Amino acid sequence: MSNGGEQGYSAAGEVSMLKARRTLLENIWRGLKSAPPTALFGMVVILIYVFFALFAPLLAPYGEAEIFDLSYAPWSDEFMFGTDQLGRDVLSRLIYGARNTVGIAFATTVLAFLIGGSLGITAALSRGWLDDLISRSVDVLMAIPSLIFALILISMFGATATNLILIIAVLDATRVFRVTRAVSLNVVVMDYVEAARLRGEGLSWVMRREILPNILPPLIVEFGLRFCFVFLTIAALSFLGVGIQPPTADWGSMVRETAGLIQFAEYDLTAAMTPMLPAAAIALLTVAVNFVVDWFLHKTSGLKDEH
Amino acid sequence: MHPIVRTILQRLGLGLVTLFVVSLIIFSSIEFLPGDFGQAVLGQAALPETVQAFRTELGLDLPMHERYLDWLGGILTGDMGNSFSGRGSSGGADRSRAVIDLIAPRLANTLFLASMAAIISVPLALFLGITAALYRNSIYDRVVNALTLTTISFPEFFVAYMLILFLSSFTKVFPSLANISSDATFWEQVYLSALPALTLTLVIIAHMMRQTRAAIINLMASPYIEMANLKGVSKMQVILQHALPNAWAPIVTVIAFNLAYLVVGVVVVEVVFVYPGVGQLMVDAVTTRDVPVVQGCAMIFAATYILLNLFADIISIVTNPRLLHPR
Amino acid sequence: MSTDKKGQKGDILLEMHGIVIDGYSDDRWHEIIKGVDVVLKRGEIMGLIGESGAGKSTLGLAAMGFAKPGCKINGGSIIFDGIDLIKASEDDKRKLRGSRIAYVAQSAAASFNPSHRLINQTVESAVRHGIKSESEAKADARALYRDLQLPNPDSIGDRYPHQVSGGQLQRVMTAMAMSPRPDLIIFDEPTTALDVTTQVEVLASMREIVEQYHTAAIYITHDLAVVAQMADVIKVLRYGETIEDADTRTMLANPEKEYTKSLWSVRSIEKQEEESEDIILRVDHIDASYTGSAKVLDDVSIEVPRGHTVAIVGESGSGKSTAARAITGLLPPSKGQILYNGKPLPPALKERSVDQLQKIQMIYQMADTAMNPRQTIRDIIGRPLEFYLGLKGRERDQRLLELMEMIELDESFINRLPAELSGGQKQRICIARALAANPELIICDEVTSALDQIVQKGILELLLRLQRELGLTYIFITHDIATVKAISDQIVVMLEGRVVEQGMKSEILAPPYPDYTKLLLSSVPEMDPDWLTGLLKERAQDQPPT
Repeated sequence: MSNGGEQGYSAAGEVSMLKARRTLLENIWRGLKSAPPTALFGMVVILIYVFFALFAPLLAPYGEAEIFDLSYAPWSDEFMFGTDQLGRDVLSRLIYGARNTVGIAFATTVLAFLIGGSLGITAALSRGWLDDLISRSVDVLMAIPSLIFALILISMFGATATNLILIIAVLDATRVFRVTRAVSLNVVVMDYVEAARLRGEGLSWVMRREILPNILPPLIVEFGLRFCFVFLTIAALSFLGVGIQPPTADWGSMVRETAGLIQFAEYDLTAAMTPMLPAAAIALLTVAVNFVVDWFLHKTSGLKDEH
Repeated sequence: MHPIVRTILQRLGLGLVTLFVVSLIIFSSIEFLPGDFGQAVLGQAALPETVQAFRTELGLDLPMHERYLDWLGGILTGDMGNSFSGRGSSGGADRSRAVIDLIAPRLANTLFLASMAAIISVPLALFLGITAALYRNSIYDRVVNALTLTTISFPEFFVAYMLILFLSSFTKVFPSLANISSDATFWEQVYLSALPALTLTLVIIAHMMRQTRAAIINLMASPYIEMANLKGVSKMQVILQHALPNAWAPIVTVIAFNLAYLVVGVVVVEVVFVYPGVGQLMVDAVTTRDVPVVQGCAMIFAATYILLNLFADIISIVTNPRLLHPR
Repeated sequence: MSTDKKGQKGDILLEMHGIVIDGYSDDRWHEIIKGVDVVLKRGEIMGLIGESGAGKSTLGLAAMGFAKPGCKINGGSIIFDGIDLIKASEDDKRKLRGSRIAYVAQSAAASFNPSHRLINQTVESAVRHGIKSESEAKADARALYRDLQLPNPDSIGDRYPHQVSGGQLQRVMTAMAMSPRPDLIIFDEPTTALDVTTQVEVLASMREIVEQYHTAAIYITHDLAVVAQMADVIKVLRYGETIEDADTRTMLANPEKEYTKSLWSVRSIEKQEEESEDIILRVDHIDASYTGSAKVLDDVSIEVPRGHTVAIVGESGSGKSTAARAITGLLPPSKGQILYNGKPLPPALKERSVDQLQKIQMIYQMADTAMNPRQTIRDIIGRPLEFYLGLKGRERDQRLLELMEMIELDESFINRLPAELSGGQKQRICIARALAANPELIICDEVTSALDQIVQKGILELLLRLQRELGLTYIFITHDIATVKAISDQIVVMLEGRVVEQGMKSEILAPPYPDYTKLLLSSVPEMDPDWLTGLLKERAQDQPPT
């Protein structure tokens, strides 16, 4: 195709001639104004969660593991959402859960990105045997469903918070690796990377200055998706009783601990709602993140999905 | 050799290698157990001789490659060793059961549950996905899109408890516990497994519908589809003649991916509904660190997953015109 | 739908008035076509010419009552043979498409369905619209393949799209358009993706078949020389507006508008060649190959005189870009050596010293991909100043401004990102980045071929001026003969990884030619409506038909 002066026709190409120059702030403001209600809703929800996670000790009426001698207390003024099987205040544990469950999932995702991201860029830049080696290992790791793999590893190493973070981060890093490698490959073949190499720039300069800034937007989207996945996996493991361990307040294990109450829905609706609260807290956050990510994707894919 | 045969053989070979490496990983999990695990399994009161006998039974004093071959041979002939649970502290009272006997009846249950979910969800998801793609940006598409986006964001247990709340606690339509037994009739089993199957169905439909929609939209954006439109081919014929022959590979990939997803989803759902399947067995075994059972269950899940993906790849190869009609 | 309803030649077939088309991008609608009129008679061929962004493809599709996804027809009237395509129902329009109006797309490889045999796709519209029976249509398709000079016309239709070459596919697509014997065919850049030697053959066969069946056509292209061979009348478009309408000979002889003239402005520059014995770079019998594949360069020797320009000419796959990669060290040669100022250069990039790297700089074809979109112009040009010359702070900024002046751009550009520049400005920045290193030799890889004609002229003039002022040496890789005439002193012709001919411009561009050089040179369309006719006659005399 290098012969033709023109690239393939695209409506976007014809119109982009008219593209005006805008500042970053204007772009952000325009973006927010054009955001659909679902995305705005998502952003507000995420902000609220972050607020609760940061200020949990100030907002919670009682301590995280404070035990009252009243187990399964009904909803009341004293215990807004009642107490659990050991007599701990459900509301306080919900608020601390924002810090623990979301925090652990966030830390895991960050770790997964550090591992998978740096391996992905390295593989894309070096190609050759190193790329082959990492890619093949990742293929094998991804041939086992990650929840199953996590279960195997937990049975080997035991369920502690550190183990959990490490195990899920390593398993999730495989997905991050694939995405980073793919987007980096698109950047590595760009002439400006070749130009930098021709200039004699070192590997780390090329990685930091030429590649990283250009793969950031797709990686941010991927971060949202991976976070949801990690968050749901950890919640599932905790729900199964092999994830975050008591007495740490965590939404997944809270569902498990109070699940029995759901049988009493006919007699006391509020009691039946108790296990639903942490479950809903998990669901709401993932919905919110997904809404924002969906909007981002829609925006970055441009016209492709428009008509 | 026809290139298609060669490609399929290559893919099969790769699948075998993957299975082999995966089995190696799963096997090695026993290596990482702490040194005193024999004591832990058999109880503090276990005599040193009993512990030694236990180690010999596991073959821990043999070199690793011998044990691996032994273990692999066992798996291939249906012998997965014995469970750790039920081991007595003294030599004579070994009430442990063979892993295969634990897994076999539960595997049937799990397969029953998964097939029930698959039979409903696959056709429904394909229908929803294809129609949403064809009527893109219509109200219908937007509604389906928002609903499925919400559903995939829900943890499986949230969906499950919502269903229990509405279909069991309030209305008593279905039982909340799916404690099926082998002497129940087929329709009793269907009735008892209705809620777990419904949970799985909802989750799978959402995932699958979104992927189908994306695959079809991607396909419909091809220049040859636009060319067909410019040739005045009717909408129906564009889909049947021009899109469909090229759609098999992406659609089969989506189906296989989601059936594989079902394999994982089944674990949580089984625990919620106390459904006697392999998933629940595996979770229990992980909690008690009953390694042989974990290994057996993991092997089954991993093999299913790998085989499904292998199957999808082969369908893609077989329907690829470039491979079917080499230059 | 009857086909015997065709009117007289000279009747008006298509009338479009005040067409307005909007396109969606950047979260809003923009006007792409701003009130254009088109009047086409039966059997007439209209050339639609313009640069990228002119809206010519959009207008061409509108003649079928069709708008691409992301576009909508917002005003005006389209009357095709008495049928109002704006008011017509989707179903009525569908019945016209592929029966009375057909379309030939730019990318043949992507526009054929990979799952069906060529002949079935060729006859599809004729059979579906009930114009011919399937067996009739297939027999006709084979006849069309023969008319279009496709090899094995009786069996080529049984192949699948990926089994035939690009030039052949483009001809099959013409047969596909012709199969229902339409009144009008829209050709949308049908030869743009082809090499010049292939382009000539495809053009000739398309022109012949359109003439044979008296089909009207709209021929869309950015190349005036190509359209001159095909069209009876030409319409020049720019930014969605008509610039000029005239019949082909009038327009070429005396264009009214400045803009129209600028469309062939590159052809107005011609460098006076100079000889020189002072060799700065000597490529000495090198072979090169990418791992595991056949030789891409086979015993290539090139001499580059100091302060002059050597143009390397060839088609895609000739190895001309690979030669540049070997010189820069990106692809170390497997045999032979490269001498710079008489001393051998280490073959691999990693082994070269910063000093050696600094002396040879490179400018790329696509300025878009040659600049990091996340860096400002200041960073892009400033980096080599820092890296090679160690300039910092005020010294660096001072030098930056000098460079901006050299490339004739305002200093306010230095805080912009590449996306905020036009194509020509981007290429100027790339030139400045190369200059920043104070190089002796600059390798220019197709630096003008992605640009519109008028911009190309500016870039070439800039490069010539810089050469005079700074005594730079250029290696200029291109497939375009007009560019070669404009800039070079010496020419190297490459084919299949070998050097076919090397010498002064005047020697290479004058007879006697070796076979390939002749084929290559004669295949370049000229700004003369009779060029193709003359060329075909000449070639027919040279070799008796087989």
